[in-house]
Amino acid sequence: MIPGAWPCPTSDGATADEYALCFDSGRIDRLLIVPALFDEANRLRRFTVEVMRRLDAAGIDSILPDLPGCNESPQPLDIQTPTTWRRAMGAAAEHFRATHVLGIRGGAMLTPASLPGWHYAPTKGAAILRQLFRARILASREIGISESQDSLLETGLREGLELSGFGLGAQFLEELQRLEAIDGASVIDQEMIGGGGLWLRAEPGEDRNQADALAAVLAIGIKA
Amino acid sequence: MQTDTDQLLRRILTDVLGLKAGQADGFTADTGLFGHLPELDSMAVAGLLTEMEDRLDIMIEDDEIDGELLETYGSLLAFAEAKRTTA
Repeated sequence: MIPGAWPCPTSDGATADEYALCFDSGRIDRLLIVPALFDEANRLRRFTVEVMRRLDAAGIDSILPDLPGCNESPQPLDIQTPTTWRRAMGAAAEHFRATHVLGIRGGAMLTPASLPGWHYAPTKGAAILRQLFRARILASREIGISESQDSLLETGLREGLELSGFGLGAQFLEELQRLEAIDGASVIDQEMIGGGGLWLRAEPGEDRNQADALAAVLAIGIKA
Repeated sequence: MQTDTDQLLRRILTDVLGLKAGQADGFTADTGLFGHLPELDSMAVAGLLTEMEDRLDIMIEDDEIDGELLETYGSLLAFAEAKRTTA
């Protein structure tokens, strides 16, 4: 496992080097993994890498790129939009010559449509936004500030918004509220994996059985 | 006897808190939740409520959420059961 760099298109037409976690031995089968979004990305990071280790052992390369503005990205988050993220994932797929794609949770809304692949427990932009708003409403209430879903959306669409520590621009929120999973991927739901989804955990967890199960579904599909 | 809502709610808390199988069976009406369980910060509470909406097929308004609702397992269960009756 080594960090790799890839040229990511930026909004001004240039490119910026972004990082990706790579199990890359130049093999034929190469899976691009679009991570879960925001807080869920943190809670699922270890699980995601555990799945990558299993795929590596099964003879499959995998690449987990940073979304621009997240993790080690040198780009600011507040100028990103779901459109720039989709473009970035397309560029990563091309750079790493991905043959398949996996979108995890909200990452299912960003997977390049040109690649065959899977969506693990996909979710919609509206659901993500509702939960981010709710967390902010609860946190604000603890310090005596009253906010609502409607007032947050109105403010966010006007001037952007800080949600759970993520500073999101107005255009991002505008697009996110209508965003849905990309068509055409096979859905892997949690029942197929067994146990409770690790994105639900209040604190990051891990589960060997779940990592085994997801890696097996992917490996069988890729090698088929 | 456990109701259907009771079972579903114990399952949801098991998933959110990462409890071992059967651990939530020991929850009583007086078992403390928010404030007693340090894992439950605002993001986790938001996740818990959203999961309750999905699995119990209810809608929770943000202004219905207060400290008392999440104080004990009994208060959260009573809220969920009332919501499902009116849903």
